[in-house]
Amino acid sequence: MQNHDNEAGNRRQFLKCMAWAGAGTLWLMKGGVLRAQAFGDGATTASMADASFSFAQISDSHIGFHKEPNMDVVGTLRASVALVNAQAARPDFLLHTGDLTHLSKPEEFDTLAGVMQDSHTRKVFYVPGEHDVIGDNGAEFFRRFGERQRAGGWYSFDHRGVHFVGLINVLNLKAGGLGSLGAEQLAWLKKDLAGLSAETPLVVFAHMPLWPLYPPWGWGTDDSTEAMSYLRRFGSVSVLNGHIHQIQQKVEGNITFYTARSTAYPQPTPGVGPGPGPMKEVAPGALHHYLGIRDVRHVQGRQALAVTEEVLS
Amino acid sequence: MKAIAHGYARLHVPRWRLGTLLVMGVLCGVILASPAVMAASASASRKVQTQQIEIRNFAFAPATLTVPAGTRVVWTNQDEEPHVITSAGSLFASSKGLDTSDSYAVTFSKPGTYAYYCSIHPMMVGTIIVQ
Repeated sequence: MQNHDNEAGNRRQFLKCMAWAGAGTLWLMKGGVLRAQAFGDGATTASMADASFSFAQISDSHIGFHKEPNMDVVGTLRASVALVNAQAARPDFLLHTGDLTHLSKPEEFDTLAGVMQDSHTRKVFYVPGEHDVIGDNGAEFFRRFGERQRAGGWYSFDHRGVHFVGLINVLNLKAGGLGSLGAEQLAWLKKDLAGLSAETPLVVFAHMPLWPLYPPWGWGTDDSTEAMSYLRRFGSVSVLNGHIHQIQQKVEGNITFYTARSTAYPQPTPGVGPGPGPMKEVAPGALHHYLGIRDVRHVQGRQALAVTEEVLS
Repeated sequence: MKAIAHGYARLHVPRWRLGTLLVMGVLCGVILASPAVMAASASASRKVQTQQIEIRNFAFAPATLTVPAGTRVVWTNQDEEPHVITSAGSLFASSKGLDTSDSYAVTFSKPGTYAYYCSIHPMMVGTIIVQ
């Protein structure tokens, strides 16, 4: 990096980020229907009008990763935050669904925290990914980003009539298994939801998919079926995950599952190629097609929740 | 059933630093060196046999390795993703997070079956059979 191309390289990176900034994914919840559209799209402002509130989800920043196809994961995270800041209506909060860092190093957490300080939103909620709990079972993560200073780290909160639940499924993983919630967390979840009416909209978020998306690659959670059994009585449940660095979704009764894109690098479609991991063969300038953030808007409605999605790239 | 020694090796260490690193390694019990140097110094002193396990595409190769007691087993991560070698049942110390090209070594002194997995990608499992 110590040569005369440095400046040109930085400019290319900047232009790449700019291109990406026109190609994010926006989630709108309108009249009980969750809908996606591009950030920066002219329709966005009009779509905002009847939304009661919005929040943006970002995921899998992998600060510390510095290989193809993305040598500048800090730059692409910064661009994500700028994209959220550029929204006409400020999201009420940000949600980071894990893998803030690549190797759980203190300096990686420092960098992540520094970039997130550029966000204009008042609050960021975090859950850890498996990359954030290496070596210390997440002690450093929870100390810096934990919502509740308690064993396990799971939490819930209410926001404008919607009940949000942050689950941890990257700790105490068993040999041969997938993600894990564990008996203690499941008992807490059951109790947490017990007092809520079935009309309360729920948003549940965790890093690893809470459905068996592709177990051969570890894309699932061993005891998610038990957790889902507590959610079935609710009329509107959205489950937001990260981990797989691409958008996948599934509807199961009133429960809708989504996985988010990464702000760092894409991973292959389930089962394509020998295993998961960064897609290195991304055409120059095309990286932004694979990265993204999502913005969720909520509208009070009487209809059962349904989901549509448009992904612009 | 305790394995007696373990340590890390990072590939591509600049040659001019090897001497310094080896001294540091001996002092703190963690040895940093290129595999070639490591193998040479190990065989010269104690005739320790070394076996390699490659981590690639989220799998250990070979998944099952049978070795005589006293063998030093070296895992090397060839993935872009980090991995953590963890003994099922804590029969040997876990590695730190191994980034691309990082290695981790454990010397198995006692016969037995040592199951292990990656603590952050637990579907990755392997077994060392020490005879």
